[in-house]
Amino acid sequence: MNIIVCISNVPDTTTRIKFTADNKSIDYTGVQWIINPWDELALTRAIELKEAGKVDKIIVISVGNATIEATLRKALAAGADEAIRVEAEASDSFSTASHLAEAIKQQTADIILCGIESSDYNGSSVGGMLAEMLDLPSVSSVSSLEIEAGGIKITREIEGGRQQLETALPAVLVVQKGIAINPRIPSMRGIMTARTKPLKVIVASPVNAESQVNSYENPPRKSSCKMIDPENLDELVDLLHNEARVI
Amino acid sequence: MNFEYTEEQLMIRQAARDFAQRELIKDVIERDTHAIYPTEHVKVLAELGFLGMLVDPKYDGGGMDTISYVLAIEEISKVDSSVSVIMSVNNSLVCYGLENFGSEAQKEKYLKPLARGDKIGAFLLSEPEAGSDATSQRTTAEDKGDYYLLNGTKNWITSGNTAGTYLVIAQTHPEKGHKGINVLIVDRNSPGITVGPHEDKMGMRSSDTHSVMFSDVKVPKENRIGEDGFGFIFAMKTLEGGRIGIAAQAVGIAAGAFERSVKYAKERKAFGTELVNHQSVAFKLAEMAVKIENARNLCLKAAWLKDQNKPYGYASAMAKYYAAEAAMWVTTEAVQIHGGYGYVKEYHVERLMREAKLTQIYEGTSEIQKIVISRQVINDY
Repeated sequence: MNIIVCISNVPDTTTRIKFTADNKSIDYTGVQWIINPWDELALTRAIELKEAGKVDKIIVISVGNATIEATLRKALAAGADEAIRVEAEASDSFSTASHLAEAIKQQTADIILCGIESSDYNGSSVGGMLAEMLDLPSVSSVSSLEIEAGGIKITREIEGGRQQLETALPAVLVVQKGIAINPRIPSMRGIMTARTKPLKVIVASPVNAESQVNSYENPPRKSSCKMIDPENLDELVDLLHNEARVI
Repeated sequence: MNFEYTEEQLMIRQAARDFAQRELIKDVIERDTHAIYPTEHVKVLAELGFLGMLVDPKYDGGGMDTISYVLAIEEISKVDSSVSVIMSVNNSLVCYGLENFGSEAQKEKYLKPLARGDKIGAFLLSEPEAGSDATSQRTTAEDKGDYYLLNGTKNWITSGNTAGTYLVIAQTHPEKGHKGINVLIVDRNSPGITVGPHEDKMGMRSSDTHSVMFSDVKVPKENRIGEDGFGFIFAMKTLEGGRIGIAAQAVGIAAGAFERSVKYAKERKAFGTELVNHQSVAFKLAEMAVKIENARNLCLKAAWLKDQNKPYGYASAMAKYYAAEAAMWVTTEAVQIHGGYGYVKEYHVERLMREAKLTQIYEGTSEIQKIVISRQVINDY
């Protein structure tokens, strides 16, 4: 069984996001790039399944220019077998999904894993679009994946409980927290073997973005702490009730 | 000249950072308080390949360069030097010594399990009355024909109890002075070895430091590393490399305290504004940043020289001396910036300050480093 894990290259989660002067794009100067945390958990689960002898090959795939190769090699170091970079600008969810679909069609895969969202744009739409473009079944919010003799067992977190599912393969699974506990840290051996693992580049057909960004803005600054006289309980209750609306 | 790290070096730094910030941080205060050995963390270090990262892959090591090693030690030391000292001793003293001076048979039998982290190594040089003065070894390795008979006491041994393999420095020919010293590979379970109680240390409290006593311990002749009388040169050569690990550790301790200080000074207010807006604090941060950058650069230069197979003893002494002094200064100021909070355990900086002190003492005190540096200076200029 082969698993493809779609990887998004995102700024480190501690990055202070700045915008360009026109507020239409993000200033990436000096940013440290990482594997999108949800994709990293998907990859970790794929590695766990491979270590358990349930998976033969793990392919990681991402869309972008050569700068994303460091992120793909990190995925190889963590335990993926092959990497594919689709040479294209990932300008919106639609174009990203289109590029991924084009590359994935050239592969033989049983399960395609996508993180539930990317930690930078939080679009939460590539996985679903990808399934549609590949004409494959898809399951969203997957928090557990087991491979058994007859097929795969999936658990979804739903309001107030869990849903157990099975699906025909191949399928696209959009995974969330819980799919794996701790992201896999690459070992020295993994980093060493990543040197010789294949990283292929596929030139993508042009795709027009379906959306454009008008502007970005920062969230409003959190208001500062309000100090209340310890004797003035009425004011405290009033503020908690009418302003904070917690009681 | 190139100051860029390679992609692989950055990947290793990130792996060490993830391990330290996700795993070590969770129980570091508790382990320090109760002097608990980091058994589970050492297992993960082994799985990740950090315990033998410098060793050639043909001996089951990671085959990484010294720059990567320095970056990894720094990241781990930002959080917990009790763990990084175990890694440093295993890599740069024990594995390095065996790989560079051991026979093929010794490498096969002893280096491989150490590089994999199946066993931990310890380096037994210091004695109750011979620390910096390593020529005055009182431990004896009497030549009995087909074996050595080992007698004496070693002090301050990192991983003294958990180690499975000891490298023991001992005197065979007292009349020859330091030229009569040998280094022997000794199995921890050999009859006649007694491990003393756990030393209750000021810092790095969760690494296990012990004295080790040898009483008529028989060591096979084939366990001697190098020619008869090679022990002193072995110790000096090995310690040259060990200094790089401790220098990197000191950089990490300083950088850990610095990062916490910047964060705290940006959040904490005094006299109506954040601490960073007070010049007395901002200037401290500036001085910290300069000292850390200097220490890191000295450390990386020594590592680079080692990777290039160029002499690095002078550079590693400078790195170790400067980084240890910088770590002591930076951590002391970090406690000062934190004020009362700096003096309690929850904020980590008091522990980093206690850890920094040891970097000025072990694997060659600051004074010993100045002897090494000054001798070279007097010779060269």
